[in-house]
Amino acid sequence: MKQNDVLIRGEHLTKVFGYGKQKTTAVEDVSFAFHEGEIISIVGESGSGKTTLAKMIMGLLKESSGSIEYMGKPRQLKRHGDRKRYWKNIQAIFQDPFSSFNLFYKVEKLLLDCIKLQGVNLTKEEQLRKMKEACSFVNLKFEELHNKYPFELSGGQMQRLMIARIFMLHPKLLIADEPTSMVDACSRSTILDMLLKLRDENNMTIIFITHDVGLAYYVSDTLYIMEQGKVVERGPAEEVILNPQHPYTQQLISDVPKIHSEWDLA
Amino acid sequence: MNSSFRILIKSPKFMFGACMLLAMIGLILIYPLFNRNDPLEMIALAYQPPDSKLLLGSDNFGRDLFLELIYGIRTSLQVGLIAGVFATVIGLVIGLASGYIGGMIDNLLTAITNIFIVIPSFVILILISVSIDSRSSFVTAVIIGITSWPWTARAVRAQTSSLRNRDHVNIAKISGYSTPRIILSEILPYIASYVVMAFVLQTASGILSEASISMLGLGPYNTISLGIIMNWALVFEAPVAGAWWAFIPAAISIAIITFSLYMMNTGMDEIFNPKIRS
Amino acid sequence: MSTNILEVHGLKTYYRTRLKEHVYAVDGVSFSLEKGKTLGIAGESGCGKSTLALSLMGFYFPPLHFGSGSIVINGTDIMKLGKEQLRAQVSGREISYIPQAAMNALNPTLKIIHFIEDIMKEHRPELNKKQVWDMAAERFETLNLSPKVLHSYPNELSGGMKQRTVIAISTILNPKVLIADEPTSALDVTSQKAVIKLLKSLLDRGFIQSLVFITHELPLLYHVTDDIIVMYAGEIVERGTAEQMIFDPIHPYTKKLMGSIIVPEEGMKGHKLAAIPGTPPNLKNVPEGCRFADRCSYVQETCRKGKIESQTAGDRIYRCIVEPEVLKEWYANEAE
Repeated sequence: MKQNDVLIRGEHLTKVFGYGKQKTTAVEDVSFAFHEGEIISIVGESGSGKTTLAKMIMGLLKESSGSIEYMGKPRQLKRHGDRKRYWKNIQAIFQDPFSSFNLFYKVEKLLLDCIKLQGVNLTKEEQLRKMKEACSFVNLKFEELHNKYPFELSGGQMQRLMIARIFMLHPKLLIADEPTSMVDACSRSTILDMLLKLRDENNMTIIFITHDVGLAYYVSDTLYIMEQGKVVERGPAEEVILNPQHPYTQQLISDVPKIHSEWDLA
Repeated sequence: MNSSFRILIKSPKFMFGACMLLAMIGLILIYPLFNRNDPLEMIALAYQPPDSKLLLGSDNFGRDLFLELIYGIRTSLQVGLIAGVFATVIGLVIGLASGYIGGMIDNLLTAITNIFIVIPSFVILILISVSIDSRSSFVTAVIIGITSWPWTARAVRAQTSSLRNRDHVNIAKISGYSTPRIILSEILPYIASYVVMAFVLQTASGILSEASISMLGLGPYNTISLGIIMNWALVFEAPVAGAWWAFIPAAISIAIITFSLYMMNTGMDEIFNPKIRS
Repeated sequence: MSTNILEVHGLKTYYRTRLKEHVYAVDGVSFSLEKGKTLGIAGESGCGKSTLALSLMGFYFPPLHFGSGSIVINGTDIMKLGKEQLRAQVSGREISYIPQAAMNALNPTLKIIHFIEDIMKEHRPELNKKQVWDMAAERFETLNLSPKVLHSYPNELSGGMKQRTVIAISTILNPKVLIADEPTSALDVTSQKAVIKLLKSLLDRGFIQSLVFITHELPLLYHVTDDIIVMYAGEIVERGTAEQMIFDPIHPYTKKLMGSIIVPEEGMKGHKLAAIPGTPPNLKNVPEGCRFADRCSYVQETCRKGKIESQTAGDRIYRCIVEPEVLKEWYANEAE
């Protein structure tokens, strides 16, 4: 793994929902340090708090306690201007491509918005060239798509379009929340390959949020295993998967069906 | 939006309602161009039955009831539309604020909405009408609007708070868009069809409310509305005189207008409710 | 006499769209399942695997319609039976079906035991309430499910528990064939394993004789089923044993599908995943020749002509005009 600078660091993050009797702790005392160009997977089953943690990193949820440091400075999100600056370098891909797109906008507008977002003034031709470039990066044909609405595309195509957005925005940090759990195996390979390529070309940090241990192992440098709001094990992917230490990690890995070894069903 | 409109045109219910309403509007716009008489002018004896000159006979003051009816429908429609706009706008703003911002503001606004739902709005309507001195049809319409927004607010809030958690809204947020822009482009299009439906319904009930309070004699003073025509018929004992033409046509007009609006609403409901897009 | 418990011949079923077009989601499917064996059906979404599962039950609700073919369960062609007969004699007794969203289909206002009472009233009216309760409790106990579950409401159970309960309820009449359509895809891995264990124990104890398991998760099929069928665009493209299909696929589509498997095992990292460009053909308007031709990296000119029939090679069935030996040579060359 490349030893780069720490991009984002979390210290003792805790998130509590509700109050009184209904108080639930979704994330409890989680600390992390994600480096530039690193691919991290946060693995956990439903209810483990992995999505809550991701939303805190995104700045969509406010942490109950603890702090987040971004590029060596404490993260400021109080004013809209601060948030805008923070979000400039952070993007996300979500699980359900059908809910990630505004169904009322054509594909072309979605991509044009990305250009506007970067605040650069481009001529019509340059805009078109950029959009075409982004589409061809994800193996989509801009000519066939630009006049369509998102719901006319397949799930895999929509998810690829989402990656085209990321390609145009090239953020420093990408949070991918179960990006492939609703697409077919063959599209999954394509999507993962594209994300890996994005990392290699732009030195982007990618955080995968997933329940799929196999996928986490395949894509990431570092794994964080979460159980009931706590990180129970973390380390380089090879070590965590091939030599798990925590009983929960061991159980999680043994529960996944594999193809080269027996699956203990006793 | 364009495609939804094209689907709407294919709905027989919607088209039936819309045509009926348009025919009505056409009538009230065109007839006064031919008959330039003042509807309040007394031109015949009291309670003359309908004949070839007076299409719907005359009322107790000997005025042309058909002309009165045309002007009545015009006022009633105006009152209904103004009430509908007020109710929809207030309901939309409160619903959006409550659903999108959430937290304490949501709790507060929901409480206010619920209070308005619990208090019978017709009673408020009567109380306000009684306590205000100058009652034009506009004031009446505004009063009706102010008392009938809670249902819209409630439904808008429910839809907004579920939309707020959708991923495209999250993506818009981390793209750094401002809140008004997110509401305008990420939330409003999704609830637009609902809001239009609510507006149609509020307009219909606005017309009914106006008729009801006017019938009680609490409506606007200086104009003719369908409710006022019925109020006159009631006060001057048209039923006793056997002058059915003094109130039945007005009642039927109200029924036709509200029925056509309800038809349009049902047509839209069938199209938009089980979202056929996708 | 065959020992096949389920035989399907040339089954065609279609969806009728609003525009009155016929979309054949299952287009000429034939397969058989021996008594005591388990069969997995795999494929990408939209390949017709779920429609096939639904079609096997013999009930057709618009927009799904029966086209042609036969479904023989235990010697009876169920497509020749009347609706009433089908409901009374076949469904639940001979064949049982667990749909994808089964666990959310339970009426939340009724206790679990109520569903079992309902089934028994219909199929075993001679039993009284006490006998039904005892029987249900015994069955649940044998399957390692707490009998307490019987007296809970569906919402009091976790997702995995609900799914296992649904399976236990649907197999209470000991159907000969159980068809499970993605029974684990909405569950966590731990619950998934529990469901698989339950299916295994149903088979081991003889409560069901055969299982048809539909999923897109291939590693799961490898451990659960004897044979695997891969479907593509409404057709079966290949059938073989689970071992053969995963490690020694013949058809180029199967090859790619197996190459896209991700498991947490040594050697996975750095392994190149297979990807298939393009999208499956629109079933409204299927191209002539091989339906996979447009996405196949080994496509020949002859692939796009006529109808590609399935071939037999020993115990394998595949739908490709190229000889298996030749294909395997190509695969070997590509790997280098």
